Amino acid sequence: MQVLYGRHHVRVFRFGLRLVRDEQIAEDLISEVFLDVWRQAGKFEGRSAVTTWLLAITRFKALSALRRRKDVGLDDETANAIEDTSDDPEVAAQKKDTGEALRKCLTALSPEHREIVDLVYYHEKSVEEVAEIVGIPENTVKTRLFYARKKLAELLKAAGIERGWP
Amino acid sequence: MMAANRQMLDQEPSEIEMLLPFHAAGTLSARDARRVEDALAGDPELARQYAVIREEYAETISLNETLGAPSARAMQKLFAAIEAEPERKPSRSVRLSAKVSEFFARMSPRTLAWSASLGAAALLLQAGVIGAVLMSKQTSSFETASLSLNEPSSPAAPITRDLGVSAAPPRALVRFAPEARVADITALLDNYQASIIDGAKGGMFRLQFGNKAMGKDEAASLLSRLQREKIVGLAVATP
Repeated sequence: MQVLYGRHHVRVFRFGLRLVRDEQIAEDLISEVFLDVWRQAGKFEGRSAVTTWLLAITRFKALSALRRRKDVGLDDETANAIEDTSDDPEVAAQKKDTGEALRKCLTALSPEHREIVDLVYYHEKSVEEVAEIVGIPENTVKTRLFYARKKLAELLKAAGIERGWP
Repeated sequence: MMAANRQMLDQEPSEIEMLLPFHAAGTLSARDARRVEDALAGDPELARQYAVIREEYAETISLNETLGAPSARAMQKLFAAIEAEPERKPSRSVRLSAKVSEFFARMSPRTLAWSASLGAAALLLQAGVIGAVLMSKQTSSFETASLSLNEPSSPAAPITRDLGVSAAPPRALVRFAPEARVADITALLDNYQASIIDGAKGGMFRLQFGNKAMGKDEAASLLSRLQREKIVGLAVATP
């Protein structure tokens, strides 16, 4: 378990943090994820990569945590307000730092879009793996990512950054 | 179809366009990757979009890398929770396989290899017995004897042709200590000019000492010496 934790906890934490946007909750999340793995180790059949299995559990736990958080009245907007201390996309664009504006806009995507972008780009998951983690058809994975990218382009455009697409 | 000619915001994306992010991340199959490469080579607008995607790809990684790592608290919490978990009883089949594994684990790899070789030798001997039994049904001068240790009424004898040798060399059933290494066993066999003629039934090997018959006292002395060997757990005389 220590080896498994050592190898994957950072990625699991980051994936969870991007979803719940709260470090404390994300930390609690990874303990819950790996405890579940410990309990369900016998059920893992090796048909998918360990990371795919871990990320699917993390996603499920993160959504549960978000639901619990909404129950106590801390909605996404409040969470964003707590976390968001740096420049907004417009200010970042004024600094003519496309990279920073891009990162800012990536943060501003909806949880659904954020999740798919992270899974494909950062966690380097294939269409099939994302479909397994998110629980959607493979075609939906492709179209959802396309529209997430389109939304990203719109946010950048609103921030005054044209990248030549779309 | 040139991607540049389409109003992308208004139209459904093409299959190739939707595969571009996965191509950037290197998660496409070889076949799809080739399709994307071919399309990129012939469509400058698609290639421009791919450049944008590579930028998004790099910045997504950069953004995630700035998120840091969880504190040690998360790990402590996890392992405390695991400690507090009730002990899980393995299933019967797991327990049995664990027992089997434990049995083999007790043997050194080389001893294990020896046992396997001896098992193979025993199989060959059995084949010899069967062959000899079949032959004995015909008119012949062969004599056979069972090697079974479970038939006291029919004392075990070597598979041999009756060449008129009446007195057999001394033999013993020997169980080696679990920690015995193959090198130790080989050395012992050399010292006693012994050879393994059967085994390993119940972990016992049948050893024969030399090729000549021995006097009663000499055989008893040899057995007594054998019993004192460190790597010998048990040694008893056998026909």
